[in-house]
Amino acid sequence: MLTINHFLALSAILFVIGVVGVLTRRNVIVIMMCIELMLNAVNLTFISFAYYLGDMTGHVFVFMVMAVAAAEAAVGLAIVMALFRNRETVDVDRVSLLKH
Amino acid sequence: MLGLENIWLVPILPLIGAIVNGLFGKFMSKSSVTLWAVGSTGLSFFIAVIAFLNLLSLDARDRVFEKILFTWIQAGSFTAQAGIQIDPLSAIFLLIVTGVGFLIHVYSIGYMSHEEGYARYFAYLNLFMFSMLLLILGNNFLLMFIGWEGVGLCSYLLIGYYYEKDSASNAGKKAFVMNRIGDFGFLLAIMWIFWTFGSIDYTTVFPSASQVLPAGGFAVTGITLLLFLGATGKSAQIPLYTWLPDAMEGPTPVSALIHAATMVTAGVYMVTRCNALFNLAPTSMIVVALIGAATALFAATMGLYQNDIKRVLAYSTVSQLGYMFLACGVGAYVAAVFHVMTHAFFKACLFLGSGSVIHGMSGEQDMRQMGGLKSKMPITHMTMLISALAISGIPIFAGFFSKDEILLSAFLGHTKGNLVYWILATVAAAVTAFYMFRLYYMTFSGELRAEDQHVRDHVHESPNVMTVPLIILAFGAAFAGFLGLPIIEGGHALNNFLGPVFHTPGAPEHPHASLGLELFLMGFSVSVAVLGILVARHFYYVRPEAATEMAAKGGFIKTVYTTLQNKYYIDEIYDVVIVKPVVSFSRSFLWKIFDVKIVDGFVNSIASFVTDLSSLLRKSQTGMVRNYALAMALGGVFFVGLWILALGN
Repeated sequence: MLTINHFLALSAILFVIGVVGVLTRRNVIVIMMCIELMLNAVNLTFISFAYYLGDMTGHVFVFMVMAVAAAEAAVGLAIVMALFRNRETVDVDRVSLLKH
Repeated sequence: MLGLENIWLVPILPLIGAIVNGLFGKFMSKSSVTLWAVGSTGLSFFIAVIAFLNLLSLDARDRVFEKILFTWIQAGSFTAQAGIQIDPLSAIFLLIVTGVGFLIHVYSIGYMSHEEGYARYFAYLNLFMFSMLLLILGNNFLLMFIGWEGVGLCSYLLIGYYYEKDSASNAGKKAFVMNRIGDFGFLLAIMWIFWTFGSIDYTTVFPSASQVLPAGGFAVTGITLLLFLGATGKSAQIPLYTWLPDAMEGPTPVSALIHAATMVTAGVYMVTRCNALFNLAPTSMIVVALIGAATALFAATMGLYQNDIKRVLAYSTVSQLGYMFLACGVGAYVAAVFHVMTHAFFKACLFLGSGSVIHGMSGEQDMRQMGGLKSKMPITHMTMLISALAISGIPIFAGFFSKDEILLSAFLGHTKGNLVYWILATVAAAVTAFYMFRLYYMTFSGELRAEDQHVRDHVHESPNVMTVPLIILAFGAAFAGFLGLPIIEGGHALNNFLGPVFHTPGAPEHPHASLGLELFLMGFSVSVAVLGILVARHFYYVRPEAATEMAAKGGFIKTVYTTLQNKYYIDEIYDVVIVKPVVSFSRSFLWKIFDVKIVDGFVNSIASFVTDLSSLLRKSQTGMVRNYALAMALGGVFFVGLWILALGN
């Protein structure tokens, strides 16, 4: 029998995978994918609670997060494109020019 | 009382002239600049004359008119009104300043016609008129002080008129700094007066002076000595006189107006205005008389061997101002004002005459280059001769009456040591006669000594616009003395007019001399003056080579000669004793230690502290995106953990 705890555990695992990915990977595209993963982990939590509590507010939030995530992906990928055109790299460690 | 009601226009008109010429003079034609400058001064002279006639028509006891224009400063218990006050004393000064000022404005049209900065000159001159009239007409000490500073400023600006000349701008600075020393004393005196009386209005301070201040007390002595310090600065008395001879760097009409006829007499005006205070302080009176008498002689001797025609007149001015203070110091205020008036005529005439000579000599000021100008400049010669006779104290000329009155007052004076004053002043009178006629003979008699052929060919009498003021002033120098006839009872018109102003508590009783003594003193001073003239005639007319022969012999006479020519080395002494130490103290301590190490050091160390701190903090900014992400994650973990812990408890 699946309980709320299973869903929450799954979303926690996905979230941690995302965080570790953001912190350890150097490729911008992978980092952005990890951010998406974190967002979707949060979405899963929302859905779980909405189902568990029988409240539609969680669904509303999920749609909102998805919309924002889409926008973020668009902006982020545009930045990556611009970065690549200028520096021919997608390695975040090599993008530290603004540091004094 | 149309004239008295409108008296505030008298200072305002020149101010308007100054503003118009100062702001727009550059874009106006010469003739409209002249119209604004001379017109405004002429109009204010006209109003002053009407006001004077109105004042005369009043009863002798009611001759004080005060008009409050507006409240100027109101702070706590301190109130300063902007008000105009006219009484016989200020009326006399008013006429002198506007009258002589107007004549000198007219003269300047001719004298300055070829100069650069015509509008600038007249703007300054009008501003000076405004300040001087404010000084005279103000109804409280603060207004007088504003005027006092204003004339100082204009004096500075006009001395440095030829600012591209190093010596002129230095002379301007010297005058300004010297005056500031005196002004500092004046300002302290005003504060002290406010502290004691709670007011700075003449109408409050002077009538209550004898009740508020104990006669001869510390306060009144302090106040009057500080006031007198101000006067020594402005009126060029020992020890602050050295700026006046240097002030001759300015254009000659300026020397005539500011440094002879009007501004330098501001100190005399101030002392006579404050006679109610000075009467209560016998010690200060002695100081005033002593400094006056000493300056009279000291400056006269310095004028003996100057070769610059204007410098002779400058030392002569210092000396004559000494006479005025001597008169104040022995309580003969009327004589002081009388001498201010006659001096304004003959000294302005002498300065303008010297200006005319310099103009005719193409700018030459050295008397050794002059000579024989009698036939070439007849009007200048005549007017200067009259003025020279006046300043020497030859009977019927103005200077005789006023100087004689001062000598008599000094002889009879109620202050101690009056014989000393009399001797100093009489010797100074002889010296005055000598150097004035030395100037006269060197300039007008004998042969023209100029070497430059261009100068020789160009010697000419000045245009009418310059000679007419000279003639008017010469008339004054000849006849103004009859306003103060001695001996004849009631013959002293000026005394009758000014009398009420000086009837303050503690005013000295004027001892009456017997007719015989008065005549003897008169005869004595005249014969001393004639002796001075004869000696000058011998050395500079009959045997011009005698002086050089004597100097060439060396010995004592040569020492005296060089000492006098170097003005007793006073400038050098001041330089060594005051200027050099101040400069080196400023350089070695104030600049290199206080400014650089303490002031700058404090500011710089604050800045370097911030820089050091921020360079530490900067290490946290690696520029690595992943580091920031880690920090964010750790922060999130930290706060969530904190929240969980808080819930747990």
